[in-house]
Amino acid sequence: MNERFVNILIVGAGPAGLAAAISARENGITSILIVERENEPGGILRQCIHNGFGLHRFKEELTGPEYAQRDIDRVTELGIPVECSTMVLSVSPDLTVTCISSSKGFQVIHAKAVVLAMGCRERPRGALCTPGTRCAGIYSAGTAQRFVNLEGCMPGKRVVILGSGDIGLIMARRMTLQGAKVLACVEIMPYSSGLNRNIVQCLEDYDIPLYLSHTVTDIRGRERLEGVTVSAVDENRMPVPGTEIEFDCDTLLLSCGLIPENELTSAAGIAISPATSGAIVDETFCTGVPGIFACGNVLHVHDLVDYVSDESFKAGAAAAAYVRGGRTESSFIAVRDGDGVRGTVPQKIRAAADQPVSLMFRPAAVYRNSAAVVDWDGKEICRKKAMIFTPGEMALVTLKAEDLRGISGGTLTVRIERS
Amino acid sequence: MRSESDILIIGSGITGCAVARELSRYNASVIVLERESDVAEGATKANSGIVHAGYDAFPGTRKARYNILGASMYPALCKELGVPYRRNGALVIGFDEADRATIENLLARGKANGVRGLEILERDEALRLEPALSPDVLCALSVPESAIVSPYEMAFALADDAALNGVSFRFNEPVRDVSALPDGRYAVVTDAGSCVCRVLINCAGASGAEIHNRLSSERLEMVHRRGQYYLLDRADPQPFTRTVFQCPSVMGKGVLVTPTVHGNLLLGPTAEDIDDPLDTATTAGGLSEVLAKAFRTWPGLSVRSNITNFSGIRAHLTGDDFIVGPCDGCPGYFEAIGIESPGLSSAPAIGAELSGMVAAWLHLSRKEKTVPLPRRPKPFHDMTDEERARAVQADPSYGQIVCRCETVTEAEIRAAIRRPVGAYSIDAVKRRTRAGMGRCQGGFCMPRVAAIIAEETGLPLQEITKNGGASRLLSGTLSSFGKENADHE
Repeated sequence: MNERFVNILIVGAGPAGLAAAISARENGITSILIVERENEPGGILRQCIHNGFGLHRFKEELTGPEYAQRDIDRVTELGIPVECSTMVLSVSPDLTVTCISSSKGFQVIHAKAVVLAMGCRERPRGALCTPGTRCAGIYSAGTAQRFVNLEGCMPGKRVVILGSGDIGLIMARRMTLQGAKVLACVEIMPYSSGLNRNIVQCLEDYDIPLYLSHTVTDIRGRERLEGVTVSAVDENRMPVPGTEIEFDCDTLLLSCGLIPENELTSAAGIAISPATSGAIVDETFCTGVPGIFACGNVLHVHDLVDYVSDESFKAGAAAAAYVRGGRTESSFIAVRDGDGVRGTVPQKIRAAADQPVSLMFRPAAVYRNSAAVVDWDGKEICRKKAMIFTPGEMALVTLKAEDLRGISGGTLTVRIERS
Repeated sequence: MRSESDILIIGSGITGCAVARELSRYNASVIVLERESDVAEGATKANSGIVHAGYDAFPGTRKARYNILGASMYPALCKELGVPYRRNGALVIGFDEADRATIENLLARGKANGVRGLEILERDEALRLEPALSPDVLCALSVPESAIVSPYEMAFALADDAALNGVSFRFNEPVRDVSALPDGRYAVVTDAGSCVCRVLINCAGASGAEIHNRLSSERLEMVHRRGQYYLLDRADPQPFTRTVFQCPSVMGKGVLVTPTVHGNLLLGPTAEDIDDPLDTATTAGGLSEVLAKAFRTWPGLSVRSNITNFSGIRAHLTGDDFIVGPCDGCPGYFEAIGIESPGLSSAPAIGAELSGMVAAWLHLSRKEKTVPLPRRPKPFHDMTDEERARAVQADPSYGQIVCRCETVTEAEIRAAIRRPVGAYSIDAVKRRTRAGMGRCQGGFCMPRVAAIIAEETGLPLQEITKNGGASRLLSGTLSSFGKENADHE
């Protein structure tokens, strides 16, 4: 068994892992290793050939591969090795990682810090319990994207999309441009979970109807998909009889949400938040196991890669500080989801925090002209107004160091105050 | 294509495979015809996976006899063939005094059938054994001999063994006609041609009665009884060690909650009589019925853990018992019909007896030598670190993890494709390796598995199917598709 020692091991060479590596190196750490299961770095960006990436970070519109390439180039420039086609099999609380590859076999790597950056995966049909047949032609939108953009193959000709997540919207346009007929995009909620710009640019520009408060209630076809039934749903998301619309289609794409991929995290004994399905972390992105950090979509699902990079730069810097031994023991202030708020990250803040802390969360519904308010044990310490809060866009409140001054325990509650 | 054989078996479910394997020990030519693209595509792939102890069938029935005999053959057979099997025990739970009467009946029936270890437990004892059980439980029949098995893996191993010993499996050949020839032989017409045989064996599952009725004047009536299931993620905590049944009814053994040999949890089945023997769709009503009933057994149930739903069709004869053996008035025609529950439990016994009858009728001699089924390596998922290190050193394709959720390697996928009865579709690979059986349901690994199948078979990627027939994954390449529109991009 091949045994090695590194300062920081990063699991995943997608945008999160690349940014964490760059940041750790720029913060003075040598001996960093990135391990990637695909045969190239870049993560999901490799198959996202549409543009719109990098507007915040680079102030220009890049395609997914272009965005990834900037970080890959920087990683190469900094001399950080990326071992591809290598799968991490386990991460243990003593910061020992096992992985396997054809070229290097089974390896045991001992690290002083580990950054988890495995990303997320799509919810499959089973998670939706959609009845019907189990024929060919039902894919998650990302799988279809891989077929089209990386393999050069078309999954089908007549397409219905269930769910209005961003990948589904992007694929509605992609399949249309490639000659397929996209018949409908069906969303069970009364609002889309995708970015507004994608609704406009991917559906409206191509006259693809969006059915809000509808879902697929039956799937037909013994071998290949032949059609789906779409029904309106009531306020409890239950199908309303008599509202059925039949679509003859050979393809159903599912874009019904993403789930952080945390098998390794759970197996390492790290506590997972039921709200985010990611690790519970402090404001330095350190998980419950000292020395193991998490960032990007494995921590919580982001809307924009720019924010993934931003978060991962912070996590990489924190991992570097941890390796340098710069971490002080501290008590924690708990962070709790209040009214209208879901999945706030971080879930705790060290009382010793001396930097501004960004609290990220998902609004539970659409709120107009409202305010995000942070209370500490019932007392308001921060307020941020917004024209609109929507579940499709992650919201952010930044606490300044002085907001936290004098607070060394208790609970911060993040809530939305409707006007 | 016209072919001849001594023996022709229609159907490669668990029964057909068990019969084929037993007959492969004799000096005779054996062909198995299968309508689908793989072994175990009917009820065998979609049932509860229970090797029943035998308390449910009425004493004196063939169901009771084959169940007891077959269940006793399972441990040795699974060991020999390398098939996962676990004697996990079962509870039949009752919620009221009417259920208690049923359970007392089951106890008496089980004792009459010769089932060992049966006893009635009171509420507290049942809850002590299975703490996740509903506190509303009143009493339970404890069945220590009940076991779980992977039914389709059993069929694959039986088929591989049979194929290694000379049985020829032909897929994608639904039987269109069956007739007796003047010379005493039988002719079977399929989509691909015809087969003539001295002995015809009907193991056709849901089509069993239809084939019987073409040859025999004594008509059989079959009911197609669909059962729908939930399969929960094995990555989630496992609340039950035993199989938990509710009280049976005339429609079947009722909704159960059981671990599978792979550590998932299975909920189901429903029992609905339907017209189309191939209609394995799930329905909103069926799925909610399973949930409602399973909640009664297990109040802590969460559908968040669901990874897939499926359904299977049980071939129920109105006579309510199995038919196994020669058919009156049709010399040389043998059958195993109406093999619903406990069909899986009974399959090894039916295989042994039916093949014995056929061998006697044809005066077959036993082969002097049989080819043993090579031992399959332990799944990578279950290996220790040391075993993984050795495996990848010996074969670098163990270093490529294709299915993340279930940790299935490229080496294992290639091995599945190369088995004696090989896997040529996504589902065929899935059932042999578990690639795609995890929580992402193939979202990540399916394109990669398709590419490996294409490489191994030499077929273009566009020809690879989910499950044989017209179930192609793709409708074309970008260059061949919608060219005029693509040019605008």
